[in-house]
Amino acid sequence: MFSPLNIRIGFYLALRHIKRASIWTTSLIVFVMLLTFLNLVVVTGILVGLVAGINSAYQTHYIGDVIISPLEGEDYIKQSPSILALLDTLPQVTGRTTRYLTSGTLEAGYKSYVGTGQNPNFVSLQVAGIDPSAEDAFTSLGGMILSGAYLDQNDYDQVLIGSQRLAQYSAFAGGGGGLLTVLEDVDVGSVLRLRIGDVEREVTVKGIIDSKLDELSLRLYMPATQLRGLIGRNDYNLSEIAMRLTPGTDPIVFKDLLVRSGVSDYGVVETFEESIPDGVQEITNTFAMLGNMISSVGLVVASITIFIVIFINALTRRKFIGILKGIGIDGKAIEISYMFQSLFYAAIGSGIGLAVLYGFLVPFVAAHPIDFPFSDGILVAPIPDTMVRVALLVVATVIAGYIPARMIVKKNTLDSILGRN
Amino acid sequence: MIEARNLTKTYKNGDIETHVLKGVSFKADQGEFLAIMGRSGAGKSTFLYQLSLLDQPTTGEIILNGRHAQNMSEKEKMRFRLNTFGYVFQDYALLPDLTALENVVVPLLMQGEQIKSAERKAAKALERVGLGHRLNNLPSQMSGGEQQRASIARAIAHDPKILFADEPTANLDRESSERVMEIFKELHKAGQTIVMVTHEEEYGRMAEKIVRLDDGKIV
Repeated sequence: MFSPLNIRIGFYLALRHIKRASIWTTSLIVFVMLLTFLNLVVVTGILVGLVAGINSAYQTHYIGDVIISPLEGEDYIKQSPSILALLDTLPQVTGRTTRYLTSGTLEAGYKSYVGTGQNPNFVSLQVAGIDPSAEDAFTSLGGMILSGAYLDQNDYDQVLIGSQRLAQYSAFAGGGGGLLTVLEDVDVGSVLRLRIGDVEREVTVKGIIDSKLDELSLRLYMPATQLRGLIGRNDYNLSEIAMRLTPGTDPIVFKDLLVRSGVSDYGVVETFEESIPDGVQEITNTFAMLGNMISSVGLVVASITIFIVIFINALTRRKFIGILKGIGIDGKAIEISYMFQSLFYAAIGSGIGLAVLYGFLVPFVAAHPIDFPFSDGILVAPIPDTMVRVALLVVATVIAGYIPARMIVKKNTLDSILGRN
Repeated sequence: MIEARNLTKTYKNGDIETHVLKGVSFKADQGEFLAIMGRSGAGKSTFLYQLSLLDQPTTGEIILNGRHAQNMSEKEKMRFRLNTFGYVFQDYALLPDLTALENVVVPLLMQGEQIKSAERKAAKALERVGLGHRLNNLPSQMSGGEQQRASIARAIAHDPKILFADEPTANLDRESSERVMEIFKELHKAGQTIVMVTHEEEYGRMAEKIVRLDDGKIV
């Protein structure tokens, strides 16, 4: 079928047909191909990008490249000072932040509460003790202040509170208390009662943190020196050590280095990817599958469109197809000419699509992430995956062009010439 | 050169059978100019389609240069049509997307000619029918007579053994018809075998031999 001669004739006919076809018809078909391409790539890319946005935010604003956390059943990372000393000697580490974590309760309006029993305006939450400047440098926490001001190392009894813990900002508020308890009537300057174990202290809200990451927007933050005093952590053993590595350093290789250095005897060492909860990966896979399903529908629609276009084209040119066969042109050459036409539509549509995708959409969405409630969605379109989709589109389109051409070409030559059914 | 023996052609439409050819025998030698004539519905075009391997007779034999057509595969018939025959159709049958030159080039390419050589031959054929100035015109930019001449150029560009023409002047005005017939006469003089179907006595008489058909039989 694909003899060089047939390909040559097919190309010759297709090229001239495309050259002299109506510019509007060609533009419309190419436009359909462009939309199909974008549907194939962008829908999946946004769905996957939604989760990738979460992952990226976790990495940038919380975990870094590698994180050390307490061993199972432990509250802190043993030998934390020694581990920090080791990290300071490793040139791969470009930045790090440390956190003390503990659980506590926070009570508001307790001075004016006149009811009996427990004041209902309280929440249980995780309290993080941080080095404000190191944390800001590492996670840009200071840039997430919704209201008020960021912490200073010397602040005393000043706290930052995640917006999702406050009724006026929380998406969980007003739900009948089913999902999460929140504090009512608390804002910057409010005085709250913090209880950690048996220790109580009055703290003042200095600022409110707003982030789409639950880990950041559900916590209470205070300077590490303050929290250490509250929980009596005089051994300086930490709850989290997050670190960022020099570009090009493989986190897995670096993790192995820490494990070989014995760090894993005192804490769990995980790369960023390992630290992502399994559920997030499952969501990624599910969204990718959904994207593929939607894209498949788009692919089928495009194939049907091309089928109809080529079928109508071949049907209206049936007489000429008959004449070509009549004067001795191989039917295969005629079929190949239609395959070339389909290939042209798919290639031009995909080419414009690639230019739009990588020249405009990807950089634009990267600069202006899509504001999803739980992440800043980006457009994930890795070139190898995109090329696979381009190949899919081209193959589907060429097949969709071939089938109707074949249907018309195989009709009786004389019937085609004379227009008989 | 070409011989038909007792050809019949019957079309079936449900239970109805229409016998278009009823045992036609015929012979044409090399260099002859034959006109197949008859009134409308006599079976002239059907006969031409059988002879030119565009259709398959119901019964009978066609022998081309000693080869029996019924023993040829579809591919062989296609090659025969490409290399040995030339066709001129009533309605010109040029491809609308291709210029006059390109219409003539396509069958030459199919014969394995390289593009440049095919273009040279095509241009020569078009000049031969007086269309040297229309090489790059699309069919829609040419008159009916010019289109028919382009169609003749396509049919003769590869020097076919037999030129089949089906009512080549039926759609043309008098002047264009005469021009086409002049070309046929010139081709015949140059040794071209021509089998032409026509219902116009005036043009039929230009052939050296007339075969008359009536009701599917030679009369």
